[in-house]
Amino acid sequence: MEQVAFFAGALGSLGGAIAVIALRNPFYSVLALVVHLVSLAGLFLLLHAEFVAAAQVVVYAGAVMVLYVFVAAYVGGVDEPLWEPIPGQRLIAPLLGGALFIELSIAVIGTGLKALDTEGPTIQAGFGTPAAIGQTLLERFLIAFEAASLLLLLAAVGAVVLAARRSPAESPERARAR
Amino acid sequence: MDVGWYVVLSALLFATGATGVLIRRSPLVILLCLELMLNSANLALVAFSRSTGNTDGQIFALIVMVVAACEVVVGLGLIVAMYRRRLALDVDETRELRG
Repeated sequence: MEQVAFFAGALGSLGGAIAVIALRNPFYSVLALVVHLVSLAGLFLLLHAEFVAAAQVVVYAGAVMVLYVFVAAYVGGVDEPLWEPIPGQRLIAPLLGGALFIELSIAVIGTGLKALDTEGPTIQAGFGTPAAIGQTLLERFLIAFEAASLLLLLAAVGAVVLAARRSPAESPERARAR
Repeated sequence: MDVGWYVVLSALLFATGATGVLIRRSPLVILLCLELMLNSANLALVAFSRSTGNTDGQIFALIVMVVAACEVVVGLGLIVAMYRRRLALDVDETRELRG
């Protein structure tokens, strides 16, 4: 049963990932990424990471993807030109990706980690629940937690500054004339 | 399922995302491919958290999610600003820092 769930999640996430890079319309790529993220949340559930799975669905597949859909609809479908700036780019890039995968696999297998061939230790009840995560976050990783909140605030301010509509009084020409 | 399967799957997803960054030219799709790579790293972190029986890896994955959200917000803000200034949404066209 667990194998079936794993391979279903693996197929969903891999298919979603390939669809993201293969579909020509950015809007469809965004929708494929939602499939990928939801399948990944299923894999997190299999790994007993309930809170991370819930955060994945709520934060990623919910909030972040809505932002992507809005921007994809605002910018509109951009047709990618057919000419290639580097000759054979579409042929060489997948080869490089395959080489990267082989290299990563060799690195993982070459580590000789004994835990790779096991399911991991039997875990006590409450592993990965919001209570356990919250306790670890606020007891051992308080500084990382506060830094993350500061980073989110800075990103929100930065996005407003970047995407704000410039008023005519602040156009570069006026600024130079002053 | 053995933890190794999850780690190899995450390597495969990472390679897919890296290939996407190399192939595609729309900045929006390149951001999506960065998401793919960050999520594959998250999968590896959660898998190792399971293999050590320790929740620290899951905290790491949550922080990665926060950083990814920030990256998305700033990146999408940049794309909207490029679109407003009528710049081409193509990473090969816009290769200079000066506007």
